[in-house]
Amino acid sequence: MAEIKEAVKEKSMVIQKEMLADLFTELSTAKENGKKVVYTFVPGNLTELILAMDMLPVYPEINALQSGMRKKSGSYIKDAEKVGFSEDVCTYVKCDIGMMLNGNIGPTGEKLPPPDMLLLSYTGCFTFMKWFENLERLYPGVEIAMLHTPYQEDGKITDDQVKYMIKQLTDDVIPKMEKVAGKKLDYDRLSKMLENSAKAEDLWVKVLQSAKSTPSPIDAYFAGVYYMGPMNTAFRGTEKAVEYYQELLNEITERQQLGLHPVTPEGEMKEERFRLVVEGPPNWTNFREFWKIFYDMGAVIVASTYTKVGGLYDQGFRHDPDKPLESLAKYCMGCYTNLNLPQRVDLLEYYIKEYKADGFLINSIKSCNSFSAGQLLMMREVEQRCGIPVGFIESDLVDPRYFSYANIKNRLESYFQMLGQRKVIMEQEVNAD
Amino acid sequence: MSKYYLGVDLGSTTSKAVIINENDEIIGRGITNTRANYSVAADIARDEALYNARFSVLKKNLDFEIKSRPEYKKYIDDLENVFQYEQFKVRLDRLGEELVKTCKSFFKDEETQEKMLIHLRNIRRSFKPKIKHDYIYNSLGSKNQFFRDIVSEKYNEEVNKLDSSLFEPLMTVWDKSITPAENEVVTFDFKTLVREAMEVLKEKYDKLPERAENISIESDSTFDAEMYLLKGDFKNVSESLRERIDEVAELEFNIANMTGTGYGRALLPFPESCIRSEILCHAFGAHAVFPDTRTVLDIGGQDTKAIQVDKYGLVTSFQMNDRCAAGCGRYLGYIADEMSISLNELGPMAMKAEKEVTICSTCTVFAGAELRELTNVGEKKEDILGGLHKAIIMRAMSLIARSGGVFNEFTFTGGVARNQAVIKYLTQLVRENYGEGIKINIHTDSIFMGALGGAMFARRNLDIALPSAKKAKLEVSAKV
Repeated sequence: MAEIKEAVKEKSMVIQKEMLADLFTELSTAKENGKKVVYTFVPGNLTELILAMDMLPVYPEINALQSGMRKKSGSYIKDAEKVGFSEDVCTYVKCDIGMMLNGNIGPTGEKLPPPDMLLLSYTGCFTFMKWFENLERLYPGVEIAMLHTPYQEDGKITDDQVKYMIKQLTDDVIPKMEKVAGKKLDYDRLSKMLENSAKAEDLWVKVLQSAKSTPSPIDAYFAGVYYMGPMNTAFRGTEKAVEYYQELLNEITERQQLGLHPVTPEGEMKEERFRLVVEGPPNWTNFREFWKIFYDMGAVIVASTYTKVGGLYDQGFRHDPDKPLESLAKYCMGCYTNLNLPQRVDLLEYYIKEYKADGFLINSIKSCNSFSAGQLLMMREVEQRCGIPVGFIESDLVDPRYFSYANIKNRLESYFQMLGQRKVIMEQEVNAD
Repeated sequence: MSKYYLGVDLGSTTSKAVIINENDEIIGRGITNTRANYSVAADIARDEALYNARFSVLKKNLDFEIKSRPEYKKYIDDLENVFQYEQFKVRLDRLGEELVKTCKSFFKDEETQEKMLIHLRNIRRSFKPKIKHDYIYNSLGSKNQFFRDIVSEKYNEEVNKLDSSLFEPLMTVWDKSITPAENEVVTFDFKTLVREAMEVLKEKYDKLPERAENISIESDSTFDAEMYLLKGDFKNVSESLRERIDEVAELEFNIANMTGTGYGRALLPFPESCIRSEILCHAFGAHAVFPDTRTVLDIGGQDTKAIQVDKYGLVTSFQMNDRCAAGCGRYLGYIADEMSISLNELGPMAMKAEKEVTICSTCTVFAGAELRELTNVGEKKEDILGGLHKAIIMRAMSLIARSGGVFNEFTFTGGVARNQAVIKYLTQLVRENYGEGIKINIHTDSIFMGALGGAMFARRNLDIALPSAKKAKLEVSAKV
């Protein structure tokens, strides 16, 4: 019985693995098959547009994090520094540039094709702009399209902003994409894809919301970053993505019904001692060690903001086949890093209350200003509003030099002990009452 | 039987142990330098705390008598100093053996070997009485009283008196011997040692001149009114205390529970359930001593921690220095080395500053370079040190701000809290930033706060971590 369950558990993982393998094979043979390649970023990505025009997307920051997980980022970063990138530059950028300097070999060991187009569809991270400026130098003459995504400074998306985004899409971005693709955009095909997107998004939200139950059947951060893969990258809008999320949801629902704990690289967790909400990306170079500190202490992440950088679907947004460009515009402006600080704090408060979290933890990234700016302020605000213990650790995305295991473990141990004590005291208080 | 609880704080620079009774009162303190073998450091700190606890219990038992006879207290204090010397002596003998062993294996040539052995003997002969005198007359001063520091200083002094060609061989022998000697566990029998100490004490008082009229109080720093009070009645005091001393020597210390904390806590030979983060322990200790504390700053050897606590003494948030330990205790140690003065002289010298020279606190090594440069351009040592001490606090202020600031009572803990100049700038900057009304607490036991918090957790652990045990205990007591 247990063995069968084990096999069932892995089905979604098998599907995802196949999806990725197929994509990278397709990418490695793109030039021979005459497929055009678009480099673009995860937040505010226009994947459906790219796929609807039969082009293939490459996400440099995903390659960078993959390099980090495969222990290659250290030497890539060193090579980028050798050609002049300073120590302070975003390590995703340096890792990506280093990978390109070393033959652009992707995570599966297959060569990645050079870009036919650089599509910058999210400008909330200023570094993205600089990143593509540098890629343009590496690939002279490459087509460039930039969609300026207005930041939600006032905490809302206005009609004017949507119009502004649509105008950019129709007047500049789509014509450029059509030029590269050598074909006109088929709006019916785009709508069909957006319909698939919305279906997958419904399923994905249910996956995320499964963490509301106690115990949570998933770790919404460490496992969440795997679950979010197809949604945030090359598969949104495809049938395959719908299939993947349906399978994933089935597995998780089963786990939930059986009252099972999240699965970790070392098997299923035995207990849920702490439920946490986490802000900030994980560290990739020591991802497994980092995760282990949490599951060893019985800490489960029930909600994270990082899994929302590719879209805030759990707050109601869906791609809309009837309003394709409008929904793409709203999607770009609605991703997590495009929210202003009060909105981010509101969202965190919602997660903490809705997911019954015991604590709130920030993993602040040394080389990521767009994510890290304002985090201390957010932390204090969350602490005041929710009255739960807050923790703050620092690491980096993919620079292994900035991950100090002993320091992080020391802080996390202290934090978990702090949560443990609070629980005991609170229980005693309740009992005393 | 009374129950006692032990907290051991294994820091990066010093290891501390505290023993408390069932009322959370500190009855024993022990401290030693952290060394290669963590377990030895922890054992030494614990043993010291246990010896100190026996003397505390002795004083407590004699509480009533002491009120009318202050010479009892003097006798016990003196006895404890001599007792420490007795331990020191055993370690010194061990070191002596180690020095001879190293010398024999290091110098193959018999003639050199013999020559070096003679020097070693002479060195030892000349510094041993000095150290004995310092202990017995309690004149070690505010210097670090760790075995390694005391012996090292005296050894260096003696070697420097010799021909410079001997410096290198003798220091090599030293370097190769001190570590094994220091990392060895030496067990003492309290009763034997205290008896010996009583004999040495008797010798001291026998040798004291009768209350000599020619001793001028102003000119002789060794003059001690209490000492002469005791001298007059030494035999009586000694005889009447003998039985009471035997009593505490035979006392069985029931350590009901213990907690290990600090940087090296994971390496302590304690069960996992007895290991706790130093952040929690420092906060708990500080809160126990000053219950209105809501913000705790701890500056240790390599960590600066800004901690916010609630009304229970539980941590609600904390911030620590990340990636770099500039501005911590070791920073001061490095600066002291750079200036060739002892760590304990830094604070008093900085207190004499007329201004604070601006110094960068982001890097310890650079601060050392800056120090030389500033000396070259004619800045006064005191003003540079003033600047350095201020720089440490500036860094700590940033962590305090990150952790949420200071709202209420503020307590400063850790080894660095013994430094007067640090306290001066901290007080100044905390009040400047958070208001003149902020109450700032610094306890004489600030360095022991982590160990105290640990011991207090140990006492509560039975109740806290094991609610079922609590229930069982209640049932038992109900039956009784």
